[in-house]
Amino acid sequence: MNVSYKWLSDYIELNGYTGEQLAELMTSGGIEIDVVESRNKGVTGVVVGHVLTREKHPDADKLSVCTVDVGGPEVLQIVCGAKNVAAGQRVPVATIGSVLPGDFAIKRAKLRGVESQGMICSAKELGLNDKLLPKEQQEGILVLPEGTPVGASILDVLCIDDEVLELDLTPNRSDCLSMLGVAYEVGALTGRSVKLPDNRVNDSAEQASAHVSVRIEAKEQCLHYTARYIKGVQIGPSPQWMQNRLMAAGIRPINNVVDITNYVMLEYGQPLHAFDADKVEGGRIVVRLANDGEVLQTLDGQERKLEPHMLLITNGKEPLGLAGVMGGASSEVTDSTVNILLESARFDGGTIRKTSRQLGLRSESSVRFEKGVDPARVVPALDRAAALMAEYASGHVLDGIVEELAEQPKAAVVNVTIEKINRYLGTELSKLEIETIFGRLQFPFELSADGVFTVRVPSRRGDMTRDVDLIEEVARLHGYDNIPTTPIEGATTPGALTKPQAIRRELRKRLTDAGLHEVISYSFTHPDRTKLFPALAGAELYPVRLALPMSEDRSVLRTSLLPQLLETAVYNRNRKNDDVAIFEIGSVFHTDEAALTRLPREKHRLAVLLTGNRNRAEWNRKAEAYDFYDLKGIAETLVEVLGVSGSIRYEAAQPEHMHPGRTAAIVLRGERGDETIGYLGQLHPTTQLDHDLADTYVLEIELAPLYDDADFDIVYKSLPRYPAMERDIAVVLNREVEAGKLIASVEETAGELLESVRVFDIYTGEKLGAEKKSVALSLVYRHAERTLTDEEVTELHGKVVTKLEQSFAAELRK
Amino acid sequence: MKERLEALRVEALQELQQVDSPQQLNDLRVKYLGKKGALTEILRGMGSLSAEERPVIGQVGNEVRAAIEEVIETKQAAFQQAETANRLRAETIDVTLPGKKQAPGAVHPLNKVAQEIEDVFIGLGYTIAEGPEVESDFYNFEALNLPKDHPARDMQDSFYVTDDILMRTHTSPVQVRTMKAMNGKTPVKVICPGKVYRRDDDDATHSFQFNQIEGLVIGPNIRMSDLKGTLLQFVQLMFGKQTEIRLRPSFFPFTEPSAEVDVTCVQCGGHGCRMCKHTGWLEILGCGMVHPRVLEMGGYDPNEVSGFAFGMGVERIALLKYGIDDIRHFYTNDLRFLSQFVRM
Repeated sequence: MNVSYKWLSDYIELNGYTGEQLAELMTSGGIEIDVVESRNKGVTGVVVGHVLTREKHPDADKLSVCTVDVGGPEVLQIVCGAKNVAAGQRVPVATIGSVLPGDFAIKRAKLRGVESQGMICSAKELGLNDKLLPKEQQEGILVLPEGTPVGASILDVLCIDDEVLELDLTPNRSDCLSMLGVAYEVGALTGRSVKLPDNRVNDSAEQASAHVSVRIEAKEQCLHYTARYIKGVQIGPSPQWMQNRLMAAGIRPINNVVDITNYVMLEYGQPLHAFDADKVEGGRIVVRLANDGEVLQTLDGQERKLEPHMLLITNGKEPLGLAGVMGGASSEVTDSTVNILLESARFDGGTIRKTSRQLGLRSESSVRFEKGVDPARVVPALDRAAALMAEYASGHVLDGIVEELAEQPKAAVVNVTIEKINRYLGTELSKLEIETIFGRLQFPFELSADGVFTVRVPSRRGDMTRDVDLIEEVARLHGYDNIPTTPIEGATTPGALTKPQAIRRELRKRLTDAGLHEVISYSFTHPDRTKLFPALAGAELYPVRLALPMSEDRSVLRTSLLPQLLETAVYNRNRKNDDVAIFEIGSVFHTDEAALTRLPREKHRLAVLLTGNRNRAEWNRKAEAYDFYDLKGIAETLVEVLGVSGSIRYEAAQPEHMHPGRTAAIVLRGERGDETIGYLGQLHPTTQLDHDLADTYVLEIELAPLYDDADFDIVYKSLPRYPAMERDIAVVLNREVEAGKLIASVEETAGELLESVRVFDIYTGEKLGAEKKSVALSLVYRHAERTLTDEEVTELHGKVVTKLEQSFAAELRK
Repeated sequence: MKERLEALRVEALQELQQVDSPQQLNDLRVKYLGKKGALTEILRGMGSLSAEERPVIGQVGNEVRAAIEEVIETKQAAFQQAETANRLRAETIDVTLPGKKQAPGAVHPLNKVAQEIEDVFIGLGYTIAEGPEVESDFYNFEALNLPKDHPARDMQDSFYVTDDILMRTHTSPVQVRTMKAMNGKTPVKVICPGKVYRRDDDDATHSFQFNQIEGLVIGPNIRMSDLKGTLLQFVQLMFGKQTEIRLRPSFFPFTEPSAEVDVTCVQCGGHGCRMCKHTGWLEILGCGMVHPRVLEMGGYDPNEVSGFAFGMGVERIALLKYGIDDIRHFYTNDLRFLSQFVRM
């Protein structure tokens, strides 16, 4: 809503407030003013002139030489380039010394040898927005109405010395979609009273009901319909002051009748519609829902296919207009219109909203109906417009309003106590202070002896339905700044992270300590990307697809974090950063429903990606590329920190798009049995190639099982009191035997006396043959309560070795 | 014999003066003082002396031994000192060369800021609640006093999956879930951080995916003045003691009264600069008293309890805090950007 300062001052005294001050006051009261814009873009000294003569320029085809009376002692000679200049016109004249927007100073000049004592201006040259000008004024010089006083300042004539306040309204304050609503708001803020416009109608003796009938069939969608009949109008331009105000509000003037409906809509917030009464068959108005397949050509010339939920104004047969949204072409007011059927109605907001949405047709009218109009202004607005049509379109307003009321508006009565107001706000407002605030709002109220305000809320404030709504009015008019600052009373509460939150923070800390950067990716991705790692994405699951994605690239919810980590690696590689060590903690979305009927499962996951070098070459070490064991070391550190290393094992696995010989499933042994909770490994060489990446190692792991099984309890074990014995073994066996299996065998055979076992060397070489490797293990034996004897360790160790020899066809290396 | 001993002393001391290696020193010790050394050799002839002469000669012998030993010890100490000095010189390194370190990674700036905000509220006695990013229309809108054709849904153009399921447009549904889980109990003191989604074209200040942190407090007598007190405490802990707040009336369907909150500009301290558009204030929060409808739908009786809620955008705070000029940096994950946030 754009509010002209000068126009607003018709309804409320603004003395003492500049536009800026008014904007500040309103903003602090909750009506945000985005900007205060002056309508004067830099015009000084331009006056109204009367073109006395117009001659062709002797030396230039396109120029005219005019004599113009500007009310001064001398008639001016002005050379003009506009085609539409003619003798007898009233025009804006920039005389010598005046200035136009853009600091364009007018000087004495000679054009093709002829002296010019000024310039006749177009609307655009005066800084008016040409999109808002009536069509006939968009080209050439601005021709003013006949009778515009010669010599008058153009600033007054076009009302340019005005400021426009742009209101950024919240949805609850649709009452300020009208000049009167804004006036009431300013009144509440300043304590000044509102002056209502004059809407007295001088009815002629002839009865409107003889020409018009109204019937509402759709009583839930049309709550009130009123009409007047204005006879014998003369269509022409509306008065300049009205055009000025419409333009200030951002509406283009069209003709007097249409301009009046728009003007009154801006004044009251009540949309109006003028039909050419002679094109409404039988003067019959029937308000009903559209039939399936019905078609209407709207004022903008478009054919609209209608649906049964749309509300129509009809003549009983054909549609005349889309109620509250846009009129129809067939009953449009034109230059030849003589009689007007004027509509003022109250339509259901939801119905209008749905129609407007579906047709992509938003109008000043539909916006107001959607948010709800004041039921008490339907008739006053109708009268006001009729009165203006009598005055400015020479019409005769026939006697009486023809109407049907489908639903009596409910009067809102809201109670609130002084005690509740103060308890809710933490204030100590007195009875008098609250009375003053309701008084300024012009909310009639009664106050009982025990402090209950019974407020009869005016229908213009449809947002006041509960006590808290009134409390907000009190709060904002008292001033939020004047509400005290207090601490919360009552028992203190302990604040803490939940276990999953604490775990995620710990993961972040450990991973960043290990040199990885955390990333955050979009949750939306391309459907193809969800197929990249079926083992992680759940091959049997469906991606969740957005109903109306912004692009196919972001049309489904991610099912794995890895595809986007790859994209991030590629993004950085393309920016000459080949060494990427990143991780993300976030949700993936899984469902087994092709069409969702319930929320998808959201799973928190951790994903890690390493590619390129772990460190650059430095003076004391060479550049080293990341390898599988860097990644595995990270995984091992994390599970150790979470206290679950004892229940995690790693098994060779071959999921799709991963290197079949360099990938492990991460298996958690928990109460539910063994569960694969993630994978880690190298990308398949072809996948690397597809992404143009060097060797890349990735990990993705489900966090929920870790949230469940993580164990932060530290239980101290006393330090060993008896010495340990260390024995090493080196065995030669087939290459494919996994070290993990050897260790498991050692642990099983050695039992409780084994304190630790560690692989300290792996050797392959020609001496052993291509299919063989040597694995060296270091075992530590210890008894908690006594010193082990050499004999018993030798015996136990012998069993360990024998078992290895038997189980893995291992040969002890000597 | 006495003459021989004196001659030995002179000879030994002279020879010791010439010594220039620990090895030589050791050789001389053996030569003069060893079991078969010159001194022992001479003293072996004491047996032939008279009882009177013996102690006198013995005395002289001890003096000679002591004199030689003293010189040897002094020499030895000197050799050791020189050797240590040599070793230290040899071991000297260039301390200006860089150390061996694992260059640290960084927590993502959005999570860094979120964690900081969380910690402030944990200190104020809040717990942290979380909820799903894909929500039902009920939790995202209806239970927050935004029925299907509510005009305020204009403000939230949403990513729907089905008619009833959508990407949450704010973290407020977590408030409803928290209230339901509390089953009418008070006090409630939670903050709800998380990702939210709105259909918005991306530009320097808008992202269709962003992060919010909401707060909710419900108790028997929660007042708007408590809301102001809490927010003031928060902004002073977050942005510094000199920070002030300013509340402006606003509208949210789920709070009444509602307010927008400005804080003293973090850049200029309120004097006015480009960042605050010369107003001295930055808008960072929306808040209000929980609407009675929302309390009712959350299972509370608005006549018995009241509450306040507030919400802020993490991106907005991160942009202000670090002086970042484009919100899209948060989601492109350029390492040159991310690595700027390694500090604690």
